[in-house]
Amino acid sequence: MIDDTIGKDNHLTNPQLTELIDLVKKIHGFDFSDYTKASLKRRLARIMMLKKLSFYDLKHILVNDPDFFQEFLEEITVNVTEMFRDPAFYKALNSQVLPYLSTYQHVKVWCAGCSSGEEAYSLAILMKEEGLAKKTFIYGTDINTEVLKEARKGIYSLRKIKSYAENYLFTGLPGSITDHFTVMYDAAAVHSELKQNTLFSVHNLISDTVFNEFQMISCRNVFIYFETELQERILDLFYKSLCPLGYLCLGNKETIRSDNFRKKFKAINQKENIYQKIGA
Amino acid sequence: MALDSTLVQRFKESKLLLLGGSAGSFKLLFALVKSFPHDFNKTVIIVIHRKKNFFSEIEKLFAENSRMSLREISDKDPLESNTIYIAPPNYHTLIEKTGFFSLDVSEAVWYSKPSIDVTFESAAYAYGKNCTAVLFSGANQDGADGMLKLRKGGALTIAQHPEDAEMAEMPNAAIQIDAAEYILRTTEIFKLLQNDT
Repeated sequence: MIDDTIGKDNHLTNPQLTELIDLVKKIHGFDFSDYTKASLKRRLARIMMLKKLSFYDLKHILVNDPDFFQEFLEEITVNVTEMFRDPAFYKALNSQVLPYLSTYQHVKVWCAGCSSGEEAYSLAILMKEEGLAKKTFIYGTDINTEVLKEARKGIYSLRKIKSYAENYLFTGLPGSITDHFTVMYDAAAVHSELKQNTLFSVHNLISDTVFNEFQMISCRNVFIYFETELQERILDLFYKSLCPLGYLCLGNKETIRSDNFRKKFKAINQKENIYQKIGA
Repeated sequence: MALDSTLVQRFKESKLLLLGGSAGSFKLLFALVKSFPHDFNKTVIIVIHRKKNFFSEIEKLFAENSRMSLREISDKDPLESNTIYIAPPNYHTLIEKTGFFSLDVSEAVWYSKPSIDVTFESAAYAYGKNCTAVLFSGANQDGADGMLKLRKGGALTIAQHPEDAEMAEMPNAAIQIDAAEYILRTTEIFKLLQNDT
């Protein structure tokens, strides 16, 4: 592996990156101009290496091969996710947020940037174990249609489930993660009961708008790929999508920096970045 | 024993000091952090392999013993001089040309997240010759590729002498691909990084 990469530097220059972003925007309608550059360049270098493409090849194939774009989108966006990633976050949700959510007749949750569904199902499991499953509906959205197919299937390899079980253990929840899966050979399928109250669909945080009103929005480890101006645009979308006093959950290392939005979202758990919508 | 004067000069000129290590490097990094003066005019970034879910006291321990301000990196934190930054577990830490950190949850590199390669590589593109990077003890080869990119970008690259490293694989990997311009004894590294020559 090491010999393969040495000396082959697919790192794009800034003008090349701009050229590629413009091309993708014009032809495919996806706007990556406000993605963080270091990460985007790293993903592009990775695609070029995996597919053995030069910069010219990449442009050519993006223009001429309509099927390639889906693959490109899948590679360029990071789809690494875990069930119960950051167990302390789920602990905080359970103790600080669920008591309030339980007072609603219906709880609508939006899991934005849900990738292959692990986080949406983690939330579904938490709700079920806390007796809120019947009144909860979880919407999982992503820009990537391929990962959404995975999310709808809800089938994960046993190897993954094992590491998720370790995360689960640290949440302090009383059950076991396997209570919610049917194991078959080397894979495990989410119980259909959990799937009943979930819906996965395409939504682009950059170009699509409000589609429902939610009691809670979870968007974890998505902002890290966006520059701060774009983060603010999406914070505005989330603000408009939340009911009064609704909750917003960001990733462990993602904080709201803008003064404007600090006034609109009150931090109820600074360490886990759980916020509550305040103001009008 | 005096250190090579060009080495000292180049270290003094660099704005960014990158320290990478894994198994067997903790004590050494701790001692280094302790030794930095409060007016150490650099941005120090420490990438040490660590496990997720095991709440570690690294930041607390380091902060209590550091004269420089020290913090675990959050997404989009600006890189400030006179500050030590620690890469958080279960994320890769990237450095943007615009002077900010950005985090990434993509695949582990050499089974590691944070990966030293990822941070070193992005530092090479963002800060080029303004970096000094040191690779310490570790039981895998993470960091070597990134160090090679740094060296190609004109940065000052140093590997801990394998005989001084508790686990020699990490510095050895960098030496083997000629990524480390200097191979220094632990005492020499201390001397250099403390500007004490």
